[in-house]
Amino acid sequence: MTPPDDIGAGGRRPARAPGARRLTRHRLFWPATFLASLLLGNVAFTHDFFAVRVQNGHLYGSLIDILQFGAPLILVSLGMTLVIATRGIDLSVGSTVAIAGALACEHIATAKDPGSLPTVLSAITLAVGVAAAIGLLNGLLVARLYVQPIVATLVLMVAGRGVAQLITDGQIISVSSSAYKMIGGGYWLTLPFAVLLAAALVAVTSFVTRRTALGMLIESVGGNPVASRLVGVRAAGLLVMVYVVSAVCAAVAGLMISSNVSSADGNNAGLWIELDAILAVVIGGTALTGGRFSVGGTVLGALIIQTLSTTIYTLGVPPETTLVFKALVVMAVCLVQSPAFRARLSRRRRPAASAPAVGDAGVRQQEVHP
Amino acid sequence: MAHRALRIIAATALAGSVLTACTTEPASTGGPGGAGKGPSDGKLVMGFAQVGAESGWRTANTKSVREAAEKAGVTLKFSDAQQKQENQIKAIRTFIQQKVDVIAFSPVVESGWDTVLKEAKNAGIPVILTDRAVDSQDTSLYRTFLGSDFVKEGQEAGKWLVKEYEGTSEPVNIVELQGTTGSAPANDRKAGFADAVKGDPKFKVVDSQTGDFTRAKGKEVMQAFLKSHKDIDVLYAHNDDMALGAIQAIEEAGKKPGTDIKVISVDGIKDAFVAMQEKKINVVVECNPLLGDQLMELAKKVAAGESVPRRVEVKEGVFTQDQAAAALPGRQY
Repeated sequence: MTPPDDIGAGGRRPARAPGARRLTRHRLFWPATFLASLLLGNVAFTHDFFAVRVQNGHLYGSLIDILQFGAPLILVSLGMTLVIATRGIDLSVGSTVAIAGALACEHIATAKDPGSLPTVLSAITLAVGVAAAIGLLNGLLVARLYVQPIVATLVLMVAGRGVAQLITDGQIISVSSSAYKMIGGGYWLTLPFAVLLAAALVAVTSFVTRRTALGMLIESVGGNPVASRLVGVRAAGLLVMVYVVSAVCAAVAGLMISSNVSSADGNNAGLWIELDAILAVVIGGTALTGGRFSVGGTVLGALIIQTLSTTIYTLGVPPETTLVFKALVVMAVCLVQSPAFRARLSRRRRPAASAPAVGDAGVRQQEVHP
Repeated sequence: MAHRALRIIAATALAGSVLTACTTEPASTGGPGGAGKGPSDGKLVMGFAQVGAESGWRTANTKSVREAAEKAGVTLKFSDAQQKQENQIKAIRTFIQQKVDVIAFSPVVESGWDTVLKEAKNAGIPVILTDRAVDSQDTSLYRTFLGSDFVKEGQEAGKWLVKEYEGTSEPVNIVELQGTTGSAPANDRKAGFADAVKGDPKFKVVDSQTGDFTRAKGKEVMQAFLKSHKDIDVLYAHNDDMALGAIQAIEEAGKKPGTDIKVISVDGIKDAFVAMQEKKINVVVECNPLLGDQLMELAKKVAAGESVPRRVEVKEGVFTQDQAAAALPGRQY
């Protein structure tokens, strides 16, 4: 499923490999190509799809929409990437999204001055704090009690939505607070604040995981738990940490979603977002079996999913066939990502005689395969 | 030993229930006699199994039933199924054991009710369906259905539009935000609306997508609509929440909802009336959850053995901007 590793392939690859081939070997090449072709496909139907203009002092256009609506999914997928890298999975993020939005809106709606900054800040602290506690619970269940991640987080996936409904009393809570609206619907420096927030969190995560040993430790715990224990990596703390990070990311996403429409909906906020997030992670080239992960790939994956939704709305795909359309596209992404599938395809297209002439490791591998 | 004792107790209880069922039957049809009724002394007892508390609409529905029961002097046994059919079936069985006079419920799903409804029928307890229907072949299993006609709601929305654009011949571009794909209100509101505007070719539904009945999806889909269609005249949303989300999208695009793009919505929640007062929604077709009073009236009739129509529609209205201010203080949900 995963494209060849940069480092791993480097050893086999001849130093004089052509630039184009090196490019297609990059792990982000296929997701990026797919995203680009999806965007270009939209231009064929909506000619000014790429047009971005300034409207009321901020940028306005389809691309901005994709980024803004994609921001919550990017955040949830970001946390999910780290969890999946440790061979885990976090199904409770959708419920965490709902709980965070419900807590914040309930707090603001019942406050004396809903518009004031301290009220909004305390609402954010409350939501993020409770989410961290949820992540801690998940992490402890997985790391200390050795409950399988899918089971441990399933508990809150099911029960969490009930908690969110309890907070909102089954109602949709509307808030009118311009400060709160900023998180998911506001603009800063002409860009949606949500996009900047997501970008900042992505940047911090990639910095911390790639410039310190943390990323490698996470990969080692997911890649080979036994070996990493033998060399003295303390897995429990790392596991608890990734679940807390995942829950906090989900909470921020929940704040964005509820802030964007200025209301909290305990029933529907973040419904099935955990599945979209898992898909984004997988499209981005992180294997569910744990180990190597790619934050950049996840961001691309989340953007592909959001672009796909926007494409469906712009193309006018009938709602009855929307899911089939999505399924076909996602299947295409997965096939394009699969090295085995690409190898078969290229073997068929190219005449067999010319293949050995290239003298490439990849082609030789194909010959051995059948 | 213990098992045998339990069985005897169960058998006695069962016999007792059959006996009292027989005695209550003439009492409730016969009127004020009420000999076997015990402490409730002639007061009608209703078991109501609600779907859950999944939306503001539903909570208003529950509140209406509770208040109407109190007003009508009906003893209400209320059960919340938390959107699960098995809970609802359990609740109905409990009501049968408690020998209530009437059972009313909003079925969570359409199918799978025959067994439990037969039990109610055998116990001689009449059943009233509220808000949602069942697809049972055997129509003798329930007495009547009290609820909204979603097709009619769609037609009312279309009728308002036809009237609004009377006398013009310019094309009217409509975008539609559908409810959850496949749900009865989405299918019927779409069909009813299409039916009402099909007579005039100037009305053109240029795009129609599902917004899942939620604000977030309504906003997201409307933003995409605004980019792919430059000349939208009318938005028809299958519920208020999607309309409220879409209004935000229209405003962010620099247009005025209600003026540049006319907004038609269904349901009639309080927030929609506020938006209507702010001239952001043009018209709201009501889907009334306040069916408590009508339910109590029907319950008294079926308990008294009177014949009732198979289908009773909830009283619903169409609200325009000039009526919004007057109606707003009275909105309960």
